[in-house]
Amino acid sequence: MRRYFARKLLTYSLTFIAAVTVDWAIPRLMPGNPIDDLLARIGTRCNTREQCDAISSYFYNVFGLHKPLWVQYLTFWKALFQGNLGISVMSFPEPVSTLIKNAIPYTLGLLVPAILLSFWAGNKVGALAARRKILDNTVLPLSYTLTATPYQWLAMVLAWTFAVTWRFFPISGGYDPLRTPSWSFGFAGDLLYHWFLPFASLFLVQFGGWAIGMRNMIIYELESDYAHYLEALGAPRKLVRKYAYRNALLPQISGLALAIGAIVGGALVTEIVFGYPGVGSLILSAINNKDYFAIQGIFLFIIVGVLIANFIVDIMYVIIDPRTRIGMQGGS
Amino acid sequence: MTRSDQKHDGLATGASTAAVASGAAGGAAVDVPSPKVRTINRRFEFLYFAIRNNKLILGLSIVIICFLIAIIGPLLAKYSPFQYTTSYWSPPSSRHWFGTTQDGRDVYAQFAAGMRSAFLIGTIGGVIASVVAMLVGFTAGYRAGIVDEILSMVTNIFLVIPAFAVLLVIAGFLHNVSIPVEGLLVGLLSWPWAARALRAQTFSLVARDFIGMARLSAQNSWRIIFREIAPNMSSYLFMMFILLFGGAILISATIDFIGLGPQFTFTLGKMMNEAQTNSGLLLGMWWWFIPPGIAITAIVGGLYIMNVGLDEVFNPRLREM
Repeated sequence: MRRYFARKLLTYSLTFIAAVTVDWAIPRLMPGNPIDDLLARIGTRCNTREQCDAISSYFYNVFGLHKPLWVQYLTFWKALFQGNLGISVMSFPEPVSTLIKNAIPYTLGLLVPAILLSFWAGNKVGALAARRKILDNTVLPLSYTLTATPYQWLAMVLAWTFAVTWRFFPISGGYDPLRTPSWSFGFAGDLLYHWFLPFASLFLVQFGGWAIGMRNMIIYELESDYAHYLEALGAPRKLVRKYAYRNALLPQISGLALAIGAIVGGALVTEIVFGYPGVGSLILSAINNKDYFAIQGIFLFIIVGVLIANFIVDIMYVIIDPRTRIGMQGGS
Repeated sequence: MTRSDQKHDGLATGASTAAVASGAAGGAAVDVPSPKVRTINRRFEFLYFAIRNNKLILGLSIVIICFLIAIIGPLLAKYSPFQYTTSYWSPPSSRHWFGTTQDGRDVYAQFAAGMRSAFLIGTIGGVIASVVAMLVGFTAGYRAGIVDEILSMVTNIFLVIPAFAVLLVIAGFLHNVSIPVEGLLVGLLSWPWAARALRAQTFSLVARDFIGMARLSAQNSWRIIFREIAPNMSSYLFMMFILLFGGAILISATIDFIGLGPQFTFTLGKMMNEAQTNSGLLLGMWWWFIPPGIAITAIVGGLYIMNVGLDEVFNPRLREM
C-alpha cells in the first residue's frame, strides 16, 4: 500500500513541478512582450523616448524581468508557496488568489454533484441496459449522442429551451442580482434555482459516457467464467448481475480518473454559457482582458484541483478493490 | 458463440504462424505464398463482416455525409463567411439557407467553412497524436526496463494534466493561432491514453513466440516493431486514430468556444462563441448556434458508432451471431 501511494505521489509531484514550469515558461517563450501589452492596456502616454524607456524599465524591475532566468524561476516558486499568484490586471488591485477563492464555491458546487450523480446514475442505467433488448436499444443511441455532444452546445440548447423560450429557469448568473447573499432559505432556494440548468447540462453529457462504459463492461463480465459458473450452479440472475456490476465498476473508476480533466473543461464552458460566476467565467474575462496573471493562476489552480481529484480516485480504488489492498500489503 | 471462438483462435494462430514464417526467413521471404493467401482471406473476411455490420454502416454514412458537406459545402456558399450582407438577424430563407447573424453575415457560409476546419483539425490532431502515441507506446512496451519506467512516468504526467488547460495558457498568450497550429497543439497534448493502451498491447505481443524469433534473427528493433508488432494490431491502431480524431475536434471546439481559436478562419466552436457573445441565445437565434453543435455531435458520434462497429468486425468475440 505504501509503495503504491508513494509512486502515485511521486507522479503527482512531478506533474505539479512540470505544470508550474510550463506555467512559468509559456509567457516567456511566447512572441510579444507582456510589458508592452501592459503599457498599452493601462494607456500610459509617454512623449519622448527617454520617458517611455523609463516607464518600461520601471515595470521590468517591478516584475523582476531584468534578473537572470533561473532567479525568476526560483522567485516564481517562492511566490507560489506564499500563495501569491500575482495581482489581477482586470480587477486591480485584487490579488488573483482572491478572485479564484471567490469563484471556487460555484465551480465546485456544480462539478462535485454533477460528477458523482452522473457516475452513479450512468453506471446504474448502463448496467440495467446490458443484455436487455428494449432498454439497450433506447439507452445506447441516446448515450452515444450525449457523449459526443460538446458541453457548451448542450448548455446552449438547454438555456435556449428552458430559459429563453419557456422561461422556467433563469438564463444567467449564480443568484438573483436583486438579492444580497445571506444565510437564508430564500437565498439558498435562489442559488439552487440558478444552479439547476448548468448542473443538468453537465450531468447529461457525462451520463452518456458512463452508461456506455458500464453496459459494455457488464456484457464482458457476464461472458466470463465466474458468471457462467454461477449460472451453472443455478444462481439467480440478479446475483450474477450484482457480482458482474461490482467487477465492472473498477475500470469505470479508473475511467473517472482519466475523465476528470475533460469534465473540468466541460464545467468551465458550461459556466460561460450560463454566466455562472465560477472559474469558467473568470477565465473568460481574464482572456478578454488579457489578464495574464489571472490566466496563469487559474491554470495552476485547475492543475492542482485535477491532481487532488485524481488522488481521491486512487484512494477510492484501493478502498473498493480488495485485491489491490491484499496485493499491496505484501502479496505478490 | 463457441463457433466464433474457434474461428477467432484459428485466426490468431494463422496470423502468428505467418509472422513466424516471415520472421524466420529473415526478410528473404522464402515461403511467402501461403501467408499471403492467408492475409488476403482475412481481409475478405473482414470486408464480409464489415458490410453486414449495421453500426459500422450507420457511423460511416454519418461521417461520410459530414465529410461531403465539408468538401462541397463551401463551394455552394453564396457569400464569404466574413461578408456583411444587408439582412440582419434573419431566420433561414431561400437566400440565406441557415439565416444570418445579428450583424448580417451568412450562417451557412460560416457553417460550411467550419465543417472544413473541423475535419482539418481532426486530421492534423489525430495524426500527430497517433504518431506520438505510437512512438511512446511501442518504445515503452518493446524496450521495457528503465526506458519503460521513464516513458510511463512522462505519459502519466501528460495524462493528468488536462489538455485544454495547457491549450488555454498557450493559446491565451499566442495572439492568433492558425488551424494547423491549433491541430498541432491539440495533437501534442491528447496522445497519453493512446500511448498507455499501445504500451499494454505491445507488452502482450512481445511475449509471443514470433517476436522472440524475430529478435533471434537479429533484426533491427524498429523493423520488428513496424513489420511484426504494428501489423498485428493494425485494427487497434485504426480505432485509436478514429477516437483521437474525434477527441481533437471536441477539444478544439472547447478552445474555440472560449475565444482562443483561430481568428481569421471559421470553426464550429467559433460560431458558437460568436452566437454566445453576441447574445444569439437571448435573441432566440437558434439557426446560429444549433447547426455547429449538431455537426460536431454528428461527426464525433458517427465516429464513436463506427468504432463500435469496427470493434465487432475485427473482434470475432463481439460479433452478434
